[in-house]
Amino acid sequence: MTELVVVSGKGGTGKTSLVGSLAALSQNKVLVDCDVDAADLHLILQNRVQRKTEFIGGKQAAIIEERCTNCGICPEYCRFDAIKHETHTESATGERYWIDRHACDGCGVCTRHCPEQAIDFREVVSGEWYLSDTPYGPLVHARLGLAQANSGKLVSLLRQQARLMADKRGLELILIDGPPGIGCPVIASLTGASYVLIVTEPSLSALHDMERLLQLTVHFGITTAICINKYDINPALTSRIEEFAEEHKVSIMGRIPFDPAVTKAQLAGTTVVEHHGNGASGSLELLWSNLNKELSETRQ
Amino acid sequence: MEEPNGSIFLKPEIRERFDVTVPVPRVNLENCTLCGDCSAACEYHAIAVLGKTVEVFPSLCHGCGGCSDVCPEDAIEEIPRTIGRISHGTGMGVEFYEGRLNVGEAISPPVTKALRKLAGKSDVTVIDAPPGTSCPVIEAISGTDFVILVTEPTPFGLNDLKLAVGMVREIGLPHGVVINRSDIGDSRTEEYCRKEEIAILMEIPYDRRVAEAYSRGDMMFAVDSRYEMSLCELYEQIATRVHDDRTGRSQR
Repeated sequence: MTELVVVSGKGGTGKTSLVGSLAALSQNKVLVDCDVDAADLHLILQNRVQRKTEFIGGKQAAIIEERCTNCGICPEYCRFDAIKHETHTESATGERYWIDRHACDGCGVCTRHCPEQAIDFREVVSGEWYLSDTPYGPLVHARLGLAQANSGKLVSLLRQQARLMADKRGLELILIDGPPGIGCPVIASLTGASYVLIVTEPSLSALHDMERLLQLTVHFGITTAICINKYDINPALTSRIEEFAEEHKVSIMGRIPFDPAVTKAQLAGTTVVEHHGNGASGSLELLWSNLNKELSETRQ
Repeated sequence: MEEPNGSIFLKPEIRERFDVTVPVPRVNLENCTLCGDCSAACEYHAIAVLGKTVEVFPSLCHGCGGCSDVCPEDAIEEIPRTIGRISHGTGMGVEFYEGRLNVGEAISPPVTKALRKLAGKSDVTVIDAPPGTSCPVIEAISGTDFVILVTEPTPFGLNDLKLAVGMVREIGLPHGVVINRSDIGDSRTEEYCRKEEIAILMEIPYDRRVAEAYSRGDMMFAVDSRYEMSLCELYEQIATRVHDDRTGRSQR
């Protein structure tokens, strides 16, 4: 089984459109959208949700007002400044303490110091994940609750579900649309994967972000290749990316031209390679043929 | 924090740098009785008793202090671990602060928190927030006076905008929308904003010159003076709104 993760560091480089096309071109795979706080892949894959499951991310603390004596001990122990204090006319002492659930990190330290056992600490639902059918194969995706934490944990869960699905159905490829950045959900998307494709574009920001992402994949020892999207927007920077790749012995698997058809395909709710008569399509096909060759070599 | 790009455009001269640290446990095995209380207290699975030793996994640690707090033998001390760096300088006449998470680190909010403490002293602070709707974004926007949601009139743009609107409403922050490349897609984004009564503060049509300037690390307003004017108007709109909100609040 091969796990191919597509990431970009910077947002807006066209990563999801590219994954959509790879989904249409490849065979025998499970698709995973690991960009759990802004999942978009399903929008171009005509998905039908088959199963919906709640995601329990972690615990959260809440003060039980009737039991709280406003002693003021708990805020001293909270390192996340999550316990707030305010005047409150309805309480006997004219004040009250409450926990800002967006700031609460779920560590549980406050609960152990409360002399009145007035802090409730329990698991909370922080999103849901889905198993969908698409014309391109099964899709595992999720929706992290708004303003919720634990995106890394949800990503790990999606990858685990995708592996189970691939095992069960005898599918050889897991194609992962990764999140932006280099932090917790990205690390969860990459750990233990077989191959990483970085989608970049010829801009100084994208080049900078790609360098940091490459440091991360090298850190984890995962074979990495690059695809330059909209390569014709700035030829000088495209050459710089190519030089950088050569210097770091990373192969360039594809160069996709700027093409308004990429946006048009998205507006039509379909993948670029299925949207007829455009320049990006041929380059995407070439990208997949290069990638596929690489992946079958890593399998051997 | 994860992918900071502001310096590419403002080209600041950096005058000072600070390391951002988080406290992580160090176990003194001479005093440790391997009771396992620390491991049971840790919600992040960052400390575990394995055989005759206690293993700490620093990248999982959130620095809550729970383990040292519960240790009955006082065998755990907390030591600072560097996870990122803040740079401070001046670029184009603007006070500039940047937070940069070290590559391989998972948790950026402590860097954002430290950054906002340092940078929040001026009259007006403009924060370039990360993408998404989870903890790194919340840390960047919570308690601010106004949030600009930048989107594109495409299905991906609209889907992510709806999530972002849900997030700012959940936290309760005033907000407005800027539609970038406003002519590349369809009218669904505008219709959504109208229906939800969210102000569209500015629309920027696609301009290849802007894309090229951006790719070189140049500013949009340098491309065309019209952009400078619209950006000033954008700022005025928000400043007025924030001022009205503040006076409204103090009268209440």
